[in-house]
Amino acid sequence: MTRLVLDRVSADLGGRRVVDGVSLDMPAGGLTVVVGPNGAGKTSLMRAVAGLLRHDGRISLDGSDVGGMSAGERARRIAYLPQRAEFAWALPVRDAVGLGRLPHGDPFGRLSTADREAVDAAMERLDLTGFANRPVTELSGGERARVMLARALATGAPLLVLDEPTAALDVAHQFEVMDLMRALAAEGRSVVAVLHDLTMAARFADRILVLDRGRAAAFGPPDETLTEARLAETFGLACAFIDMDGRRVPVPAGRMRR
Amino acid sequence: MRPTATLALACIVLAGLSLMAGPVWLPPVAVLKGLAGGDSTAGIIVHDIRLPRTILALMIGATLGLAGAALQGLVRNPLAEPTLFGAPAAAAFASAAMLAFGGASVLSLWMPAAGMAGAFVSVAALFLVAGNRAGVTVLLLAGLALNSLFGAATALVLNLAPNPFAALEIAFWLLGSLEDRSFVHVALAGPFMAAGAALLVSQARTYRALTLGEEVAASLGANVARARLVVAVGLALGVGAAVSVTGAIGFVGLVAPHLVRRAAGSDPARILLPAALAGAALLTAADIAARLIPATTEIKTGVVTALVGVPFFLWRILRQRRAEEEA
Repeated sequence: MTRLVLDRVSADLGGRRVVDGVSLDMPAGGLTVVVGPNGAGKTSLMRAVAGLLRHDGRISLDGSDVGGMSAGERARRIAYLPQRAEFAWALPVRDAVGLGRLPHGDPFGRLSTADREAVDAAMERLDLTGFANRPVTELSGGERARVMLARALATGAPLLVLDEPTAALDVAHQFEVMDLMRALAAEGRSVVAVLHDLTMAARFADRILVLDRGRAAAFGPPDETLTEARLAETFGLACAFIDMDGRRVPVPAGRMRR
Repeated sequence: MRPTATLALACIVLAGLSLMAGPVWLPPVAVLKGLAGGDSTAGIIVHDIRLPRTILALMIGATLGLAGAALQGLVRNPLAEPTLFGAPAAAAFASAAMLAFGGASVLSLWMPAAGMAGAFVSVAALFLVAGNRAGVTVLLLAGLALNSLFGAATALVLNLAPNPFAALEIAFWLLGSLEDRSFVHVALAGPFMAAGAALLVSQARTYRALTLGEEVAASLGANVARARLVVAVGLALGVGAAVSVTGAIGFVGLVAPHLVRRAAGSDPARILLPAALAGAALLTAADIAARLIPATTEIKTGVVTALVGVPFFLWRILRQRRAEEEA
C-alpha cells in the first residue's frame, strides 16, 4: 500500500513550465486516472513522479521523499511505463519481461525463484505465456504494449505509473488492461494511469485527476470531476452521459462551439 | 553456455596453432617441449617469439570484442564499434606522436599512456557529438568526422617526422601488427586491458536496462550518465593499451558481437563474454593468416582484419537498411 503525495510540484521542459504547482494526496491503493488535453503536462507529471524529470516541490511515497531515495530503492517502489515501447535488441518475450526484475536480480539476468515467479505471473496476467520465446521485435504494436506492461508489473513495485497503457490496444484488450488495473488496485497496489478515453476513465477509475495547462483542474471521484462543465471548460467537449454499473459515464458527442 | 564453451575451445585450438605456425612449422610435441622450457631453437621460438605474440593476440582480440559488445549495448546500436569513431585512430595518433617527438621507445610505459589518452579523447568526443540518443546516422557521421580528424593528425605526424626512418617505422607500426612483440608488451599493456575489461563488464546491468530505452532504464535504477563515463574510461584503457602495442587493428570489435549474437542471444549483457572470446579467436586467426600468407615481408595483422572486416561491415549496413525499410 502506497500513499502518494504531491506538494506544489512544478517542472519545466525546454524552458517552458509544463507542470505548474500540482498538489494532491492519493490515498494508498486504488486506480487514479490522469486525463487532460494534449500538452496538459500529463507525461511530464508521470515522469516527475517516477523520478525521471527534475522538479520543484516534493513528491513523497508513504511520507518518504522520492527525491531522496537511491535509484535502486526508487526502482523497487515505482514501476514506470512510458508511452512508447522501445526495444533495441530482439530479446525473447520472457527475457524482456524479466528485465523488470533488474532492480532485484543480478546484472546478467539470472533469475531467482522469486524473480521467476514474478515474471511468470506477469506474463500470465497479460496473456503472454504463449509468446514466451518470440522475439519482441517481431510482435505487433498491441503485443509489444502488453510486454511492456508485463515488464512493469514484474518489478513488483507497489506504485505503478503508467503513461497511456491502452494507447496501442484494440478495444477488447483495452478492457482487459482496465480490468487488470482494477484488479491490481484491489490487491492493494496503487495505480496511476494516463488515459485519453474519458468513458473508460469514468467507468474504471477510483479517482480522476484532470490536468489543464500544467495545473490540477480537478481531483476526486469521477462523478465529481468529469462533469459537464469541467469537460466543456478543459476539453472543449460536449458530452452525453449514460448510466453504467451505477456510474454516470460521459460519452463525447462533439466539440463545443465557443 | 554452449556458445561460450565452443568459443573457448576455438581459442585454445587457435592458440595452439599460433604456437605451431610461422616460417618454421613446429609439431605439437616440439611446442609442448618448448613451453616446458629449454634452450633448444624450438624452445626459444615458442616461448620467446610465439608465446607472447599468441598471448597478446588473445588479450587484444578479447579486449576489442568486449569493447564492441559493450559499446553496442551502451548506445543500443549494433553498428557501434570503437573503430568507427576513431578510438584506435586516436590512440594510434597519440602513440605515433609519442614515437616521433616524445622520444619514447616502443617499449616504454609512455606508449600505452599516450594510447589511452588518445582513445579517451575520441570516446569523449563521440559522446559529446552524438549525444544521448545516438541513431545510426549520427553515429556514423560522428565516427567519420573523428576518424578523419585523427587520420589527418597521424598524417601530420608522419609529415613532420624527424627523419624518413622514423616515418617508415611509424607507418608500418600503424598498419597493426603483432610481429616481434615480447613479454614486455604483455606486462606493459595487460594490466590496463584487464582494468578496462573490468570497467566495461561492471556496466552489464545498465546495458540490459537500456534495451528498453533510456527512460525505462532510469526507472529500473540504471545510472546512464555514470555508465557512459565508466564505459568511456574502460574503452580508453582497453583499446588505448591494445593499440599502443599493436597499432591500429580494426573491425574485430564490430564483427565479434555479431558473430555470437545468433548463438548466444541478443541480451547485451550475456554476449559480453562470448564476444570477447570471439574477438580473441578472430584476432588469433588473423594473426596466423598474416604469418602464413606468402609475401616477401610479413603481411600486417591489421591489414588482414580490415580486409575481412570492411566487407562484413558493408553487408551489415545493407541488412540493417533492409530491416529499417521493412519496419
